[in-house]
Amino acid sequence: MKLYCLSGHPTLPCNVLKFKSTTIMLDCGLDMTSTLNFLPLPLVQSPRLSNLPGWSLKDGNVFLDKELKECSGHVFVDSVPEFCLPETELIDLSTVDVILISNYHCMMALPYITEHTGFTGTVYATEPTVQIGRLLMEELVNFIERVPKAQSASVWKNKDVQRLLPSPLKDAVEVSTWRRCYSLQEVNSALSKIQLVGYSQKIELFGAVQVTPLSSGYALGSSNWIIQSHYEKVSYVSGSSLLTTHPQPMDQASLKNSDVLVLTGLTQIPTANPDGMVGEFFSSLALTVRNGGNVLVPCYPSGVIYDLLECLYQYIDSAGLSSIPFYFISPVANSSLEFSQIFAEWLCHNKQAKVYLPEPPFPHAELIQTNKLKHYPSIHGDFSNDFRQPCVVFTGHPSLRFGDVVHFMELWGKSSLNTVIFTEPDFSYLEALAPYQPLAMKCIYCPIDTRLNFIQVSKLLKEVQPLHVVCPEQYTQPPPAQAHRMDLMIDCQPPPMSYRRAEVLALPFKRRYEKIEIMPETAVM
Amino acid sequence: MDPECSRLLPALCAALADPGQPVADDTCLEKLLDWFKSVTEAGSSLQLLRDSPCLVELLLQVPQAPGLSPRVLAFALRLAGLLAAQEACFQFLQQGELLSGLFGEAGPLGGAAWMAPTVRSGWIQGLRSLAQHPRALPFLAELGALDTVVALQGDSSLFVASAAGQLLAHILGLALGGPAEGPPGPPACDWPASAQAVVGHLEEALSAATAPRATQALHVLTTTFGHCHRPWTQGLWARLSPLVARLLEKDPVPAAHPLVDLLLSVARSPALSSDRGWWEMAARALGSLRPAHAGPLALGLLTLQDCPQALSAQAFAVLLQPLACVLKAAAQAPAPPGWPAGPEGDAAAVATLLSSRSACVGLLCQTLAHLELLQPLPQRPAPWPQAPLLGAVLTVLRFCNGSAVPAPGSDLGGHLCAVLAGCARVQRAALGLLGALYEDAGPPELVTQVFAVLLDYLRSPDSSPTVLKKAFQAALQWLLSAPTPPGGCAPDPPAQPFLGELLPVLQRRLCSPCWEVRDSSLEFLTQLAGHWAGQAGFRHALLASEVPELAWQLLQDPESYVRASAVTAVGQLASRGLHATPAGPECPGGPQKGVLPELLGVLAADPEGFPRRAAMQVFARWLRDGHAEAADAERFVARVLQAAGRDLDWEVRAQGLELGRAFLERALGRPGPPCPDAAAAPEPAAPAAQALRAACRVGLPEFALRALFDCDRPVARAACALLLLLRDQAAPGLSLPEAGPAVAALEAALQRWRAGEQAQPPGPLEPEAVLAVLRSLDLEGLRGALAESSDHVERNPQSLLQDMLATAGLRGDNEADCY
Repeated sequence: MKLYCLSGHPTLPCNVLKFKSTTIMLDCGLDMTSTLNFLPLPLVQSPRLSNLPGWSLKDGNVFLDKELKECSGHVFVDSVPEFCLPETELIDLSTVDVILISNYHCMMALPYITEHTGFTGTVYATEPTVQIGRLLMEELVNFIERVPKAQSASVWKNKDVQRLLPSPLKDAVEVSTWRRCYSLQEVNSALSKIQLVGYSQKIELFGAVQVTPLSSGYALGSSNWIIQSHYEKVSYVSGSSLLTTHPQPMDQASLKNSDVLVLTGLTQIPTANPDGMVGEFFSSLALTVRNGGNVLVPCYPSGVIYDLLECLYQYIDSAGLSSIPFYFISPVANSSLEFSQIFAEWLCHNKQAKVYLPEPPFPHAELIQTNKLKHYPSIHGDFSNDFRQPCVVFTGHPSLRFGDVVHFMELWGKSSLNTVIFTEPDFSYLEALAPYQPLAMKCIYCPIDTRLNFIQVSKLLKEVQPLHVVCPEQYTQPPPAQAHRMDLMIDCQPPPMSYRRAEVLALPFKRRYEKIEIMPETAVM
Repeated sequence: MDPECSRLLPALCAALADPGQPVADDTCLEKLLDWFKSVTEAGSSLQLLRDSPCLVELLLQVPQAPGLSPRVLAFALRLAGLLAAQEACFQFLQQGELLSGLFGEAGPLGGAAWMAPTVRSGWIQGLRSLAQHPRALPFLAELGALDTVVALQGDSSLFVASAAGQLLAHILGLALGGPAEGPPGPPACDWPASAQAVVGHLEEALSAATAPRATQALHVLTTTFGHCHRPWTQGLWARLSPLVARLLEKDPVPAAHPLVDLLLSVARSPALSSDRGWWEMAARALGSLRPAHAGPLALGLLTLQDCPQALSAQAFAVLLQPLACVLKAAAQAPAPPGWPAGPEGDAAAVATLLSSRSACVGLLCQTLAHLELLQPLPQRPAPWPQAPLLGAVLTVLRFCNGSAVPAPGSDLGGHLCAVLAGCARVQRAALGLLGALYEDAGPPELVTQVFAVLLDYLRSPDSSPTVLKKAFQAALQWLLSAPTPPGGCAPDPPAQPFLGELLPVLQRRLCSPCWEVRDSSLEFLTQLAGHWAGQAGFRHALLASEVPELAWQLLQDPESYVRASAVTAVGQLASRGLHATPAGPECPGGPQKGVLPELLGVLAADPEGFPRRAAMQVFARWLRDGHAEAADAERFVARVLQAAGRDLDWEVRAQGLELGRAFLERALGRPGPPCPDAAAAPEPAAPAAQALRAACRVGLPEFALRALFDCDRPVARAACALLLLLRDQAAPGLSLPEAGPAVAALEAALQRWRAGEQAQPPGPLEPEAVLAVLRSLDLEGLRGALAESSDHVERNPQSLLQDMLATAGLRGDNEADCY
């Protein structure tokens, strides 16, 4: 049994498990942090961005000034943003039989895999995962395609050139494999290969292996997977949460007695308590708005935003914010808000109960009805007529490199009355802000990550008692910034096996038994 | 006993003895026993029995009545004990073997009723009451009660078990008796048989292998030494202390918790504290007990007035041991200077304990709470290690917020990181101690660290509301203790920059979605403004911040507690000239809204009582302090009383009377202490007539007369006191007007209103009319009537007996009710 590790990002995993002659890909996350090296794509012509000076070497050689621009001491690639794909050379991806998707954030590389590697297998995912994943992909494609950029920079990727560049460009890995965004056609083609599954549904793979999705409690339709044969059981835990938010609670009991537990997708901010961060979010929001400023919340169109809108619903009157307009701007805003209301069976018990009353499970329906929350596909069109300040805007993309958020950063960045509040933990907020410097607006970092923290993992492992734990190497040592925090790593016996990008692990586990059936004819012989 | 009770008692006794009758509830039986107790304490029990033979009848019938409720059985046992507490009555009852019948095998002891814990408890309490005279001891011996009591120490009901232990201690005290002072009494071998028997039981239990039996014996001894300080206790301790010492030799020490209680009980006994052997045993106990038990013993020893120096030092080292381990885990350095050295073995045990999550949290919370208790005591160890203690508390707080760096290679440090991170219990305990340590301050660099850690906690989004409240309290204490240079009103660094940093934190906290956070932030702001309003830098920073405006906005908070705190805060800020006066939302840039109209609006319209009460408190303070908003006192008081008079909350009305009293005293020229920022000077003393006229102009007499007949007694009492003040202070100089028709009409209106026949109270009154009414009302009589508790009629014994009879269905009027 082998595990091929194609991604080094612990929360955007992409691993391939070879088990009983089946080849199973576990998630295909897309690392978008590579886009932080690129200049933002403004929706409206930005004189500031277009007039940035080209970057030149210390010796005055300016051969890269067309590709690289300098802004407040940082160097950015002036080109269409590119993404860091999972490894494609470690294993022949055309041999992958199935791809199991655990949540909508972990399927963003799917079109690259299914459309460009000769993949002929099947993808399994739950319905909300597919629908919301589609929204995320469509939004991404829309954000990038609506700001066409003729220029495509490639000279800087030359190894001899790259080593001359300043950090972080100099340290960027695998730049040669970075790819531009896929098209909508590729998205549709990739999604057509997905077969929908329900929680606890048993799916036979070639009669050799059975795979079962379990609720992981992190997002609508998010799953952990059990991969088992008659005598062996592998659990794949990816992006799980024990907090009471909107999704169905995590199914822990079914993970018991695993021979191997592959553990990925823990919280990226283990020191931040989501409740405290929500409190901080609303304090900052209220303080800014009361002061006459605007609040910008760069976010994905699905996920934590549902919980934030729910808290907002409870908080809006008590904080005296009833007259403040809240805008949600995304090409998929409408679909996202509506989809969330129809996936009742995938919601937590309280929200399911509401459906039978009948009431919408999420209170954002009421916010929309009362005109407190308005949603628009983009800043163009109706929005420009309705726009009123001070206001609160939820919009993407959290990287601040594309999407409507770029416009608001340019518009509000110069006033210290305004605030940008970062709630998505996927991007370093300082790096995200770098091309907007100097910036007068206030920046608040309130990352809300509901995924398992190390204390919860420790309890989970004691509860389910797997024989072996396999995890990304980042989880086996404290975070570099807090090297003394020995509690911020996985502590279990035997110690976990760790993996890194482009590594192949032989799992510590020998198959001893095999169930076979003998045909009567053979038995007679 | 009054004749009515004597008349009712036979019927009640008959009802109680009748198993077919419904039984009154426990409360009634308890009240009945209380009444009997007061009767027997006031006179002869024997006489009571002679006057009320039904009682003897009841006691005779009870053991024979099958199916009687356990409650009645228990009541009878306790009543018998109460009556037999007097020797003469005891003899009278014993003549007919009544007591043996009740408490012996013939009574509930041998029957099915004994299964009820109430009956067992009644049996013990009866004997406890009875055992007041020497004749009781042979009676108990005859019954063989001692063995039963010893067995009941292990009863499944904790109440019964505890009462059994107390009875044993009582029997021992009764048997050994003797003078309050003098020689230790006869040697143990000459003790009475009953004392010998009890002590024998105790010796056996202390030598037993099982911890529960030792625990029972230790409880008895703790009660004995705790309540009885007679000389014989020295002999008892001399006899039993070797057995107690033997318990300390075991590992682990059995029954450690009751053992600590016993040792401290002995230490506090004046008869025993001079025993040198005891101090040695205490020292041994500190070394043998586990840290969780040694801590309470150490604290107990340190709070003693006469603890020997060496033992005190040892106890303090034991108490500090967990913190020493925390410091070591963080610094890997020898103990800081001034830190008492503890034995290495103890340190190892503590370190082991700290590495387990639940034990670590429990031990640290206990240690921190003990030190918080010890810190303000005069007998605390000297020199007090203020600096290392501060350092240790700060280290604990840093472990709790993840900023502590464990010593390289320290396993304990790693464990503490994992165990303490985000632990609100330890955070609260540590902040509590940190707040208490403010009195002794410390080296400036440590004080800087204190403010830095407090700021971290106040800023952290992860601080829970209760932790934040503790952090606010500690911050206030440290701010108040910050030295102020002579001649200046600004605190020294580092308090000054801390004060500046606080305002952005407060701003954020006042916008928290959690109402508890908003509430404690407002409370903190109120206190902060109260202490620092005079400091120019603080005033400037506060006025430049959004804090006053946010406090103002919170007057509209949906949570009533927050609105109440906002009212107090705005009132405080206004009295110091620090309030925000935002323009009305309807017309930005228009005229600013005043504080008084806003708070009057709260008083008139807030649907909850807390904000309205807070508003009344603010108004009363303003008037007493001579605040600018109350400069036109008459207009101010008239407006407030008008709003408060209609209030449904009795506390608001009572506070209205307080305000009226303050106004009257001010009008009479007896104002309270003026506030430093007073805007208006107190008015000069006015003649009584002027004061009365002023009171009439603001509507005070009408307000007080209405309140006099308020259905809430505290309001009526306050009104009565105020009217008495008005009559005695403001009216004596005035001649009584002739009782004209207007006064008569007013009196009639008052009577009607009091009787509920008139919906509206009397209207505005002229001074003459007020004077006439005040003199015609029997205010002293009213005061006396109002001083009686509201249930004084219901609490009398006749009422009790009638109620119980009514429950039993024996009263005629109840029969009529059956229709």
